Amino acid sequence: MNLATLSASYLRARPLQTVLSLMLLALGVGTIVLLILVTSQLEERMHRDARGIDLVVGAKGSPMQLILSGIYHLDAPTGNIPLSTVGLLAKNRMIKRAIPLALGDSWKGYRIVGAPHDYPALYDAKPAAGRLWEKPMEAVLGAEVAARTGVPVGGTFVGAHGIGGEGQEHAEMPYTVVGVLQKTDSVLDRLVLTGIESVWQVHEEHQGPEDEADRKALEEAREVTVLLVQYASPLAAAMLPRQINSQSELQAASPAYETARLFRIVGVGVEALRAFAAVLILAAGLSVFIALYTALEERRYDLAVMRALGGSPGRLFGLLMTEGIVLAVLGAAIGLGVGHLLAAAMGAWLESQQQYPVSGLEWRQEELWVLAVALGVGLVAALLPAWRAYRTDVSSTLARG
Amino acid sequence: MIAVRGLAHRYGTAEALRLPDWKVAQAERWLVLGPSGCGKTTLLHVLAGLVRPTEGKVEISGQEISSLSGKNLDRWRATTVGIVLQALHLVKHLSVRDNLRLAQYLAHVPQDDARIADTLGALGVGEKAARRPSELSQGEQQRVAIARAVLNRPKLLLADEPTANLDDQSALKVVDLLAGQAARHGATLVVATHDARVKGKFRERLEL
Repeated sequence: MNLATLSASYLRARPLQTVLSLMLLALGVGTIVLLILVTSQLEERMHRDARGIDLVVGAKGSPMQLILSGIYHLDAPTGNIPLSTVGLLAKNRMIKRAIPLALGDSWKGYRIVGAPHDYPALYDAKPAAGRLWEKPMEAVLGAEVAARTGVPVGGTFVGAHGIGGEGQEHAEMPYTVVGVLQKTDSVLDRLVLTGIESVWQVHEEHQGPEDEADRKALEEAREVTVLLVQYASPLAAAMLPRQINSQSELQAASPAYETARLFRIVGVGVEALRAFAAVLILAAGLSVFIALYTALEERRYDLAVMRALGGSPGRLFGLLMTEGIVLAVLGAAIGLGVGHLLAAAMGAWLESQQQYPVSGLEWRQEELWVLAVALGVGLVAALLPAWRAYRTDVSSTLARG
Repeated sequence: MIAVRGLAHRYGTAEALRLPDWKVAQAERWLVLGPSGCGKTTLLHVLAGLVRPTEGKVEISGQEISSLSGKNLDRWRATTVGIVLQALHLVKHLSVRDNLRLAQYLAHVPQDDARIADTLGALGVGEKAARRPSELSQGEQQRVAIARAVLNRPKLLLADEPTANLDDQSALKVVDLLAGQAARHGATLVVATHDARVKGKFRERLEL
């Protein structure tokens, strides 16, 4: 028998109220923990994916769409740009490095990206098995693609037109897997990489060139989808976007600016959810308060008897405070579990949708704050009932019955 | 053992309740008799240190109890006084054993299940240790309440209207149990009652 077991026995004696308080607190804490996990992981990943990319150049359209399709491979591309402009841009002295990507095909929902070796180098990705592509129609799989499709090095597959995975298959032009990349926890894990020439070849074959003149015409009409640009100097940030945007067929979008804009838009929803969770935690505090306060009436004699048995007022105060703390700690612990479980469930669902992954196993510093707040709410809620218990008038209570 | 001098207590603005001077020797057994509202409960609560009288001095085992501070008074009560209340006030969701452990916990004495089993056994309810109070008969609950009162070997055992809700046979039995337990622990026994059936049980009587 001690304060903890005694208060636990009182909590067990009124299971409905106890469960209500625990549920409210667990839901509030769980929601906030989930928000913390999801937003922080998304932000981290998006920053990691955009690392080393100062500017994305592509066809005119929505700048956010350009970023989403060019860096994160989430949205549809805005269109293609002529290869010739890429050559011109690459010579620009303000540009340190320009990586062209050719998009448009996919395999089982995973995008096939035509790119130079600079692209995996951007994410420090090295082959875990096999090697990088050298010849046309050689492909390297991202770690997740390899794991989920189970196609080994040496296997072949056929790309489908379009990025949805529902398009017409390019059956006459199969890819050969020559390597699998290490897991990088970046967008590369969900991509199939190949040479730009492969993407061109697949589509030119499609159109079936007849003779040398046609072939030449096709080669001149070659396009890429986006250009990932690294600035040579800070000065470029001020000049280059304006310079590119003034050209009629091109647009330049800054990942830093567009992702910040994206988070601002999403942030409104996140803030609303956070406020909702805060209301839940407050409601939990109120529930703890009401449970303890109303129970005081029926516990009046128990409390008086405890005093008659030699318990000090401080003991009674401690008993009620312990009940508040036990509720808060249990509720917060359940909420923590719920938050991580939901994050894991959401992560599993997102992964099956080939979307941005979220892990339930990661831990964030902010969660400690949530726990501290929950504990504080429990303490404050128990304060007044505990004070009333402290002030129990033994003699008059016992004299009444 | 007990020495009461010039005791008076006033509840709010009501007229002060005056109680007679009174001396009790160690291990004596007393009945405090009188109609409802004559101050029996007040006297018992004063003796137990549950209420501080407006006037007068109370000495128990040589200890002037009005001189004890709040915390020391609680400690003193826990180890010196055992109380049996009219409504028994066992904690209903705790087992009999846990009700007794609670008394040891609140008194800051080691929790001793052997002592609990011994005390319950002496009162004939040793089998009931794991039961809830609600699963016990009225008589068994009364025995558990007495066990709780004597558990910490008090020098003074107080009982407030212990026979109020009992039939004749049980009423006399409870007074016998109280006397037996007081004798077993060498405690002084004070029973406050207005129950005519038990008037003849003890020789020492204080009429209020």
